Amino acid sequence: MVTIDCLDKDYKEVCDLVRSSQDSDIKLKNVVGQRYIAAGIGGKNIKIEGVPGNALGAYMDGSNIEVMASVQDAVGDTMNEGKIIVHGSSGDATGYAMRGGKIYINGDAGYRTGIHMKAYKEKFPVIIIGGKVGSFLGEYMAGGILVVLNLAGNKDIVGNFTGVGMHGGKIFLRAKEITSPLPPQVKCEDASEEDLKELETYLVEYAKDFNLNEKNIMDEHFFVLKPNSANPYKRLYTAN
Amino acid sequence: MLEGQFRNPSGCAVAAMISTKGRTFSGEDIIKSIAVMHDRSNGLGGGFAGYGIYPEYKDYYAFHVFYTDSIAKKQCEEFIETYYDIVNLSKVPTRQIKEITDAPLIWRYFVTPLKTKLDAAQLSEEEYVIRSVFKINTQIDGAYIFSSGKNMGVFKAVGFPEDVGRFYMLENYEGYSFTAHGRYPTNTPGWWGGAHPFSLLDLSVVHNGEISSYDANRRAMEMYGYKCTLQTDTEVITYILDYLTRRKGLTLEESAGVIAAPFWETIARMPKDQRDKETYLRNVFSSQLITGPFSIIVGFKDGLMALNDRLKLRSMVIAEKDDMKFIASEESAIRRICKDATNVYYPKGGEPVIIRLEKGVQ
Repeated sequence: MVTIDCLDKDYKEVCDLVRSSQDSDIKLKNVVGQRYIAAGIGGKNIKIEGVPGNALGAYMDGSNIEVMASVQDAVGDTMNEGKIIVHGSSGDATGYAMRGGKIYINGDAGYRTGIHMKAYKEKFPVIIIGGKVGSFLGEYMAGGILVVLNLAGNKDIVGNFTGVGMHGGKIFLRAKEITSPLPPQVKCEDASEEDLKELETYLVEYAKDFNLNEKNIMDEHFFVLKPNSANPYKRLYTAN
Repeated sequence: MLEGQFRNPSGCAVAAMISTKGRTFSGEDIIKSIAVMHDRSNGLGGGFAGYGIYPEYKDYYAFHVFYTDSIAKKQCEEFIETYYDIVNLSKVPTRQIKEITDAPLIWRYFVTPLKTKLDAAQLSEEEYVIRSVFKINTQIDGAYIFSSGKNMGVFKAVGFPEDVGRFYMLENYEGYSFTAHGRYPTNTPGWWGGAHPFSLLDLSVVHNGEISSYDANRRAMEMYGYKCTLQTDTEVITYILDYLTRRKGLTLEESAGVIAAPFWETIARMPKDQRDKETYLRNVFSSQLITGPFSIIVGFKDGLMALNDRLKLRSMVIAEKDDMKFIASEESAIRRICKDATNVYYPKGGEPVIIRLEKGVQ
């Protein structure tokens, strides 16, 4: 594993070093706000100490990133493949327009998590948030899975406008009740056995990544949000 | 994080730090903090506000003035001498660096209104000062008072914020609270007067975003005598806050409910008392509602307020360590100067975070 000290290096220098590294296992230390780390690249395993800048792993194509601290905005923007593990929290627009791969956050996530997420053939994006999220979760979502676990048991697990304009994919909320208002475009149901089975595969992996007890996570009620088939917005989209 | 930040790889940057115990520290750290977010600016504006920096003149208004030439200076000084007692005047100390060019003349005056003139004007002292500022800024060509508070000062220029800080030798000032801004102007010219913070009396505002309602807000505020002269949308936020807090006596919380008012849909779900209050504020002060993306940090004598637009289209993070509280557009800007800051918090859209000096701190 190669270690790169990022102190006083600007984002271009850091990104170039990551890109040109012969060793695929890279540790970045003293990271402070450098943007675009691992953007667009595949085949690297990157461990990050410190808080990386915006657009971490944007357009990423198959690398693995583990961040020991929190991350900022637009993590995994339009990501294609790979995995991002964050031990802290995440800023706004996490996984924006993501089309493949996984983003696992231990803490909370900000506004607009997973908006415009989509799936196609073998591409299936998954975002799991350990804490709570801000407003506009999964807005215009078209595919994949979004999970909010609320492990700390906060009262409001999501903000306003959850799933507005959603027309594909699923949002799982781990809660006894949902106190925030949901828009008419989503249908909120108790997760079925089939839903839970699908979810479990990912939660087992999530629990392992953060050294949590998987049983404690699964042992709670889950709601699933899907597009409402009586969706008044339906006609706005082309049938295919 | 919506159109502005997706379309555009940059955006302005804001940062602030305060000791709630009123402990003073140099301006060096706030420069380091804002410098982390270098790529959010494009070199067309940077600036700082420092509170508690003029203890020896704390009872005097500190006017910081840009002059384009010595004629403007002469005219402005004649005006100030007519209406004020000037206890000290000097050039604002600067360091010549290659990154900062085309500097205007930058002067500082510690003043107090002449008693006879103030009595004759039949105005409160603050109103008297504000009217002088607007008079000079609108009527004396080439003179701009960009800072007019007591025991505080604004330092701003065209350049990257870290260069602006070095230009003004901010490390030589000791204050208990600082705010900072790095500018990426999108709709308006990058010039010295248009850099942030925008300030009136001891109120200062740094802003990341763009106000869609600017013209409606500007027209409304001009009816109350606030003249927008600086060609930048942020200016009007400062005047709105002065109007709401000083003239109308609203609290900062209430003012936040005016400028980042909750949606009617959200108001409808509130408990009755709160619903009535928010409805009243939205109805009475509808012209002061600010739409469009913004994250602002408001500096005032007793503290700081951080506020996002109600849709939270810009980023903002708060953290703390002992008596220090930090606010920034990005967490990394806080980590750079306080690695082990705790209680990291992301305010919701429209949720004001108000940090005040502890009781009894002067």
